[in-house]
Amino acid sequence: MANGPQSRTVDVARALRDAGLTALIAFGLFLPLIGFQTVQDVSNTLILRTRWPLLVSVVAVIAIARFLYALLVVPRLKERALKPAAAPAPWRAAVGKWFVPFAIGFVVVYPVIVVFASGLGGAVKWIDNFGIQILIYIMLGWGLNIVVGLAGLLDLGYVAFYAVGSYSYALLAKAFGLSFWILLPLAGCLASFWGILLGFPVLRLRGDYLAIVTLAFGEIVRLVLINFVDLTNGYAGITSIPRPTFFGIPFNADDDGFAAVFHLEFSPIYRTIFLYYVILALALLTACVTVRLRRLPVGRAWEALREDEIACRSLGINTTNTKLTAFAMGAMFAGFAGSFFAARQGFISPDSFTFLESASILSIVVLGGMGSQIGVAIAAIVMIGGTEIMRELDFLKQIFGQTFDPTQYRMLLFGFAMVLIMIWRPRGLISTRTPSVFLKERKVISSDLVGQGHG
Amino acid sequence: MGGNGDILLKVEHLRMRFGGLVAIDDVSFEARQGDITALIGPNGAGKTTVFNCITGFYKPSGGRLGLRHGAATAWDGLETLTDNGKRSLARADGALYLLERMPDYLVTQQARVARTFQNIRLFPGMTVLENLLVAQHNRLMLASGYTLLGVLGFPSYAKAERAAIENARQWLDRVGLLARADDPAGDLPYGAQRRLEIARAMCTEPVLLCLDEPAAGLNPRESAELNALLLSIRDAHGISILLIEHDMSVVMEISDHVVVLDYGVKIADGAPDAVRNDEKVIAAYLGVADEDVEKVEAEVGL
Repeated sequence: MANGPQSRTVDVARALRDAGLTALIAFGLFLPLIGFQTVQDVSNTLILRTRWPLLVSVVAVIAIARFLYALLVVPRLKERALKPAAAPAPWRAAVGKWFVPFAIGFVVVYPVIVVFASGLGGAVKWIDNFGIQILIYIMLGWGLNIVVGLAGLLDLGYVAFYAVGSYSYALLAKAFGLSFWILLPLAGCLASFWGILLGFPVLRLRGDYLAIVTLAFGEIVRLVLINFVDLTNGYAGITSIPRPTFFGIPFNADDDGFAAVFHLEFSPIYRTIFLYYVILALALLTACVTVRLRRLPVGRAWEALREDEIACRSLGINTTNTKLTAFAMGAMFAGFAGSFFAARQGFISPDSFTFLESASILSIVVLGGMGSQIGVAIAAIVMIGGTEIMRELDFLKQIFGQTFDPTQYRMLLFGFAMVLIMIWRPRGLISTRTPSVFLKERKVISSDLVGQGHG
Repeated sequence: MGGNGDILLKVEHLRMRFGGLVAIDDVSFEARQGDITALIGPNGAGKTTVFNCITGFYKPSGGRLGLRHGAATAWDGLETLTDNGKRSLARADGALYLLERMPDYLVTQQARVARTFQNIRLFPGMTVLENLLVAQHNRLMLASGYTLLGVLGFPSYAKAERAAIENARQWLDRVGLLARADDPAGDLPYGAQRRLEIARAMCTEPVLLCLDEPAAGLNPRESAELNALLLSIRDAHGISILLIEHDMSVVMEISDHVVVLDYGVKIADGAPDAVRNDEKVIAAYLGVADEDVEKVEAEVGL
């Protein structure tokens, strides 16, 4: 531009004005929050103290950040807005095509890579905390995705079915000594039975009302678990739940244990790797069944229900049954995940099934993009993996002092990530819908057209 | 013109009350097999309420809605069915259904009455093809063994789905939307959405097709195409059509039988030409009392 230097000074002036205004707002906001502090002195009276240096430094940081943003980022955003939208690069299509097989291949060989990278001892943490933990949430996310993403029914009490699965396994395994592989389907059936039980009263409800009732259902299940002490042992939970065996061979240090039978040195890693593959198989089962269901009439009816319930009824679809199958199917996968959870931990208590748990599963589904399985998996990796990663950030202690615990800031970062996602991708990471069937070519459907359901 | 076939739908003393408001008061009419029956009347006359009663979306406060499948002699069982309190009666020569006893989805599934809506109700986020497959839900559900066989990948479902897609393709061809089969339904222009909604209703294989203002918002060319489509549905498939319409060019051109409602009461019933010249109908449309019709007509120069 010919008037380059001049526009540059205009930019700087505008950025300065912008920064000054922001500083003023920050000062007004933080003056009562940071500037004043009430403390108790020795005689137990409250005295007001001022913290000017802290206030000034916070305001200064905000002002400088705003100045740099206005000077450097804003012009670039404007430039980008003026440019015509470029066609998606061909590499993106290639990535989209190869992403799923590559990702599945990676998760299959992940334990092997970890064992080679960090040895038998160090690998337990990586497989357990990162592998198994994330896969449980991916599976829960995919299960909830059926109810929320496909059928459009907002369920805030999903963790109740997870709890039903866990307690079914724990109680039945302890009382009757049945094996994990018998109880796994049984736990799924029981959970889906409870799903139908919840489904019946809430069939007529939509939107906010449905959300509130499912929330209450989740709390009821948790409170029953706490108060039905004879059966569930209340707050203390159930301990020493039988662990799964490798086709009858237990993972212990005995002579007939896994390590001895296969002539290996005993290590807890074998059980961890076994559990990893079990949950991987369960998660892949969930994904495959969901992909299949989407192409079946019941899956299309779920999506149609999300789009327009009245039109569904006019086409002869029994919406009652359709909603119930969605609840039952979602609950069944939660039941599978729950019984796996109980078998893996060996200990369960009502503390594992709080509302916070439902909320994080739901936020995984929402952040990932309702209805998108890849999106949900990515969101679960970021959210759960991110939480776990924070435990590893010991170097931060060197910066912020020994009392600093990064995991305490988990929820803050969660909230921050959520705000960012909602600004940039209001319909989640992957918001487009892929049609279940096509005549000539499969075109993805933009999120503007896809309904979000009315609850 | 369609032949004046046997009675397919019998509406008798239909009454619908919403609290203190009587929306329909003692309306009786008949729709014949292979006929296009038009239901007309000024705004608020209760036409859509009649539709909602027939298709099970409302439960009528009183009256009887009988529908026949098979031979005309099936009507003989009407009193038996009314007395035994059941929803339907299967006979050797056909079947009878009492629509006021059925919930909305069974009206489509069993009695095979399909409908469209005044404000289009497609599934906008699903493709045109998917919309038509959802309409064939019940047949496909059976083929997929209520999902069980389908999940396990039995070939019977794949075969049924291919047949359903073929059926959908034929309907798309009929309504001229084959090229847009893989586009989301919400992306279609208004006229195409109307045609798609009709095609979707036809995919449920109805014996009676109820169309709520199919020509609303269409330009003259589109409504001429709509006329041709409705006539071909009637003639090629022998399907009876019941339609609500304000566009008189559609009503007078294609309907075999016109029923006029005003304030929830039937004021005329007969062939289009007879209805057109009916004093009461003209009075209702002009919004004046019967005796003032001539005066008003003189004023507006009719």
